[in-house]
Amino acid sequence: MATISQEGVSLAVPPRRRRMEGISWSAWIWVAPALLLIGVFYIWPMIGTIVTSLENVDTLGNVTGFAGLKWYKTIFTDPTNLIILRNNLLWLVVGTALTVGLGLIIAVLVDRVKIERVIKSTLFIPMALSFVAAGVIWRFMYIYRPAGENQIGLLNAFLGLFRIPPQAWFVNEAVNNFALIAIYVWMWTGFSMVILSAALKGIPDEIIEAAKMDGANRFTMFWRVMIPMIAPTITVVTITMVINILKIFDVVYVNTGGAFNTSVIAQAFYDQLFTNQNGGFGSAWAVVLTLVILPVLIINIRRIRAEEGLR
Amino acid sequence: MSRQITELASREKAKSVTERLGALERPRTPWERFIHAFNSSSVTILVVVIALLWSIPTFGLFVASFRPPQLISSTGWWSGLVPPWRFTLENYQAVIQGQGFGMAFLNSLIIAIPGTILPIAVGSFAAYAFAWMKFPFRNFLFLLIVAMLVIPSQIALVPILTLFTAIGFTGQYWSVWIVHTAFGLPFAIFLLRNFFSALPRDLIESAHIDGASSWRIYWNLILPLSVPALASLAIFQFMWVWNDLLVALIFLGGAVEKAPLTLAVANLVGSYGEGYQLLTAAAFISMALPLVVFFALQRYFIRGILAGSVKG
Repeated sequence: MATISQEGVSLAVPPRRRRMEGISWSAWIWVAPALLLIGVFYIWPMIGTIVTSLENVDTLGNVTGFAGLKWYKTIFTDPTNLIILRNNLLWLVVGTALTVGLGLIIAVLVDRVKIERVIKSTLFIPMALSFVAAGVIWRFMYIYRPAGENQIGLLNAFLGLFRIPPQAWFVNEAVNNFALIAIYVWMWTGFSMVILSAALKGIPDEIIEAAKMDGANRFTMFWRVMIPMIAPTITVVTITMVINILKIFDVVYVNTGGAFNTSVIAQAFYDQLFTNQNGGFGSAWAVVLTLVILPVLIINIRRIRAEEGLR
Repeated sequence: MSRQITELASREKAKSVTERLGALERPRTPWERFIHAFNSSSVTILVVVIALLWSIPTFGLFVASFRPPQLISSTGWWSGLVPPWRFTLENYQAVIQGQGFGMAFLNSLIIAIPGTILPIAVGSFAAYAFAWMKFPFRNFLFLLIVAMLVIPSQIALVPILTLFTAIGFTGQYWSVWIVHTAFGLPFAIFLLRNFFSALPRDLIESAHIDGASSWRIYWNLILPLSVPALASLAIFQFMWVWNDLLVALIFLGGAVEKAPLTLAVANLVGSYGEGYQLLTAAAFISMALPLVVFFALQRYFIRGILAGSVKG
């Protein structure tokens, strides 16, 4: 399907497998710097990390013996570490559901108003911020002062209106993980909203007209027409969120540093590596993180292969 | 994928589902017209409320950053909105002069500019070869690089850090440049290869027939035609490097005088705990440039995000 870009250049899609005259050996010169960097910064260190994760390493970085699967056993049996894994799962489920769900609902809603662009920009601004800045912004929402004092955090002041005692949002273990997830949701809902909104606009006129002719109301329109039509885009957005959330680090590091049972895999990796100077344990966390992401990687490669018609 | 970029980008200006539906269902009776108006205005109110809710956290910090320190720690920012107004630039002064945030801003620039240009240069070389040259293992290597899109950088950090420490690279600007270049490459190659390979084949072939060298084709043909993709990529990479904490933390960790804004703010959070007045201004200084870039180049930014929706 050929499309016209905004600049007016007609972009004909090339044949799936371009036939090229002869092998150009100079191609290696063009790809060499990239391959060198990928080799040195991805492939070689990945192998190194897997090896290190099976070793005992002292605080100076010297290998002091073979650990086997010791670190992995610790990760999957020790209660503190199990909580870390549970937190990642909580992040994954709640964070993904909220960013994609809210993004979809807001995309459908803004589709119906005239001030669409302004609303979209407003929701999108947090995307431009760093997790560090977002952390500071939310710190001011969450500030806790003991009951009876003047609450200077908006959330606790709001609770005060209803005579509900103030909460220490980052300390109270019933809510602290959700308080952190909320920051992520605030930052990334705009992302899914913008993409899903673009997909909604791509639904062909004929389909909308046909549904209208069949007497579809707004409800059936949403569930039977919009959702199925933009399902592939929902998948892409969900995959992006899953990858992002599995790797989540900055939000936790800046706000709680993983204290009060809010740690996640990437935070545990950092703690072991730098706070405890335990390279072996840290590496094992990194390998676990990669293994968790592996299924997403496979899905992604399949999708791109199919899309691009590569072997 | 580049097909999708242009397609999705053009949809930005496309008609909404509602507009298209509306053309079909024009309210006829006064009652229907009333319901219609009520529906659309209540939806408008709803989305405006959502947008306001979304803005409150940032707005609150913005207001707080201009309040005197003793007021910040005693009353909520909203009480600063009613007269008597007592706004001040004290916090900004304290952060820039006392906390070295001017230097941190400069450090962020020193890190982010090469951290944006280098991966685009190296990535566009490779993308050109992947799109228009034939060589053994081409598709395999491309898929291998694309696979790296989702690989968490954590898996690579320990050996790289060990290597960099051994050869004395840590705490240097260029260690961060190299790392950002390497980590930015998979996305750059993925995005650019797709855009390059969608360029008109006849144009490139006729340039070849006219005897143009690969370099000339790359420099005089491919790059000028790919400005939209390069712009999106540049903005994305710039934001990514500017907002990065982990790489700076690990490779510049010890060198305070070279710390970028994110690291400087994170350190402030750690060391002051309750020193809220400094944090407010510090956070806003770190946000200033990304916000300017965002508002000035929103179209490219959104396009980059639409194109790069597989990046982690």
